[in-house]
Amino acid sequence: MAILKTENLKAYYITEIFGVKRTVRAVDGVSVSINNNEIFGIAGESGCGKSTLIKTLLGIVKPPLTVLEGGVNYSIGDKKFDILALNQKELKSIRWEYISYIPQSSMSVLNPVRRIRDSFKSFINAHKKIEKEEFKNLVEEHLNALGLPTEVLNAYPHQLSGGMRQRVTIALATILRPKVIFADEPSTALDVVVQRGVIQLLKDIQQEQKNTVILVTHDMAIHANICDRIAIMYAGKIIEEAKTEEIFKNPLHPYTKYLIGSLPKIGDKSYRVSAPGSPPPLTNLPPGCSFHPRCPYTTERCKREFPKLVEVADSHKVACFLVSKEV
Amino acid sequence: MEQNNKLLEVKNLIKIFVIGSGFVRSRITAVENVSFELEINKPEIFTLAGESGSGKTTLARMILGFIPPSSGNILYKGKDISQLKGREIELWFMKDVQPVFQNPFETFNPLKKVDSYLYETVINYSIADKKNASKPIEEALNLVGLSLQEVSGRYPHEFSGGQLQRISIARALITKPALLIADEPVSMVDASLKMSICNLFKELKEKQGVSIIYITHDLATAYYVSDRIAIMFRGNIVELGSVEKILTDPKHPYTKILRDSVPEPDPERKWQGRIELSSFEEKEYQSKGCKFAGRCPYVMDICRNRMPEDVSIDGRIVKCYLYASKVNKAIV
Repeated sequence: MAILKTENLKAYYITEIFGVKRTVRAVDGVSVSINNNEIFGIAGESGCGKSTLIKTLLGIVKPPLTVLEGGVNYSIGDKKFDILALNQKELKSIRWEYISYIPQSSMSVLNPVRRIRDSFKSFINAHKKIEKEEFKNLVEEHLNALGLPTEVLNAYPHQLSGGMRQRVTIALATILRPKVIFADEPSTALDVVVQRGVIQLLKDIQQEQKNTVILVTHDMAIHANICDRIAIMYAGKIIEEAKTEEIFKNPLHPYTKYLIGSLPKIGDKSYRVSAPGSPPPLTNLPPGCSFHPRCPYTTERCKREFPKLVEVADSHKVACFLVSKEV
Repeated sequence: MEQNNKLLEVKNLIKIFVIGSGFVRSRITAVENVSFELEINKPEIFTLAGESGSGKTTLARMILGFIPPSSGNILYKGKDISQLKGREIELWFMKDVQPVFQNPFETFNPLKKVDSYLYETVINYSIADKKNASKPIEEALNLVGLSLQEVSGRYPHEFSGGQLQRISIARALITKPALLIADEPVSMVDASLKMSICNLFKELKEKQGVSIIYITHDLATAYYVSDRIAIMFRGNIVELGSVEKILTDPKHPYTKILRDSVPEPDPERKWQGRIELSSFEEKEYQSKGCKFAGRCPYVMDICRNRMPEDVSIDGRIVKCYLYASKVNKAIV
């Protein structure tokens, strides 16, 4: 059952300064369908449009970001809506309760001059009217379930370690048991040991609440560890999508091959090659397939048209003429 | 100058930062008693790995001579770098030891053409005069897979992060250094270009004979590029030795936890078991004994009171009482 579906979603940053028009094609025709009760990973390099995609899926579309085409259709239980068509008030009621978001830097989310308890209070009060006793039970139960000590409620953000701060943010984002959780590089700024703890927590929550987690990170090793399915983004488009095991074992798109083949592993010193060249700027994409200037298998056709994302095997989708043999 | 065969000797290096003034003064020992050596005529990539706040960058800045150590010595080709006096000898050291910084977008002034940095380096180190400056620049750029034609007249925003980092490395290579100190050189570079920088380091070592101190928190790339590794924790090197040995069979409890926490890019080898994290900011810097005692699963009483000595075991040096006792028993 798809909980979130987009069809040919296009979101561009369009600016016009002194008559100079600039279009950044950050999300350029993305069609995804994300299921209930799964961890869906979105991988890609910096500047490939991952964060803009998340913003659009969350309905945070402010100029210069403009949605040109497509909708973001959620069907959570019996609630069906297009998040891009909602007004501010409706958005407010949906956020945190149905759809929630875990940002990268927890310092910028938690108010530095308020105790953690107060942050929880304002979060819950915006959605529910509850008594003091009930609030206490709810928060403590949630923290206990996540294995976090309840003393953190009395602390100020700066007193907590970086990993704890990020875990408190995750607890905060999931206290209302949202059905869809977006996590944008939730562990990137953290040390490896702490990163492991944070990812472990995210997985625990998903297993306990049976909701959908959409995890965005550039770190393929994190994806390998917790995702059920992975989509690879390149220059604003999804170029490959498959189950985690499948994508690591049998990557089909040349870019994915480079990406996975170049990952260093401890215990393996064999020579690794990176893809030649560098990703194109989103303001000035090459015609045809955006990967063709870097691709070793480029044909004339790749220079002219963009390959569609087609299913080539069981739930394995690729956008490459080489593989899809599509006419 | 050439009597001894050490390229770089770091001896009992300590750096204490004093924060605040008057009554609210606190001391942070960023680097606490660090020693290691690099040999001349045997180019190698030496990794300093550790989490944020382990003192790896402070150590690098001291080796580069940016900040003076609180105590201890750094000998470069047998000369104490804090005793280098006079323009000529300073220039000799700066020519020989060159830095590569973390964020290529911050290394270059966005309003200045990239090639101006290359020309400045040539002039400042009197490699060539203005007329002949292009030749050493071209040579250095060729080493990193670029050419002067691609670079000249362009501004930083016209390059990708990977290209800028290459230019930054080329700039360091103009003076033909014997030692490069690269502080997190790939952490800001795109995933698909990361390995090309790593391969470049390997090439420089093998073909140009440049030794590299590679500072990173990424153990997977460390394993890929380096020969030896030093794991740092709160200002101390807790384990030092060949990268194969340390990362495939870690001995120090901290290295073990670190190694187990590195995610494998392989869905069939997921993290096993669970880990516990501390809740509050730790006062590990202030603790008297082993800094890892508070988190160590094998902690003993002695760990909390006295800093363990270095123990040589299985081709490496480990700073841990677990192995000290074994050695003692073996001797008895």
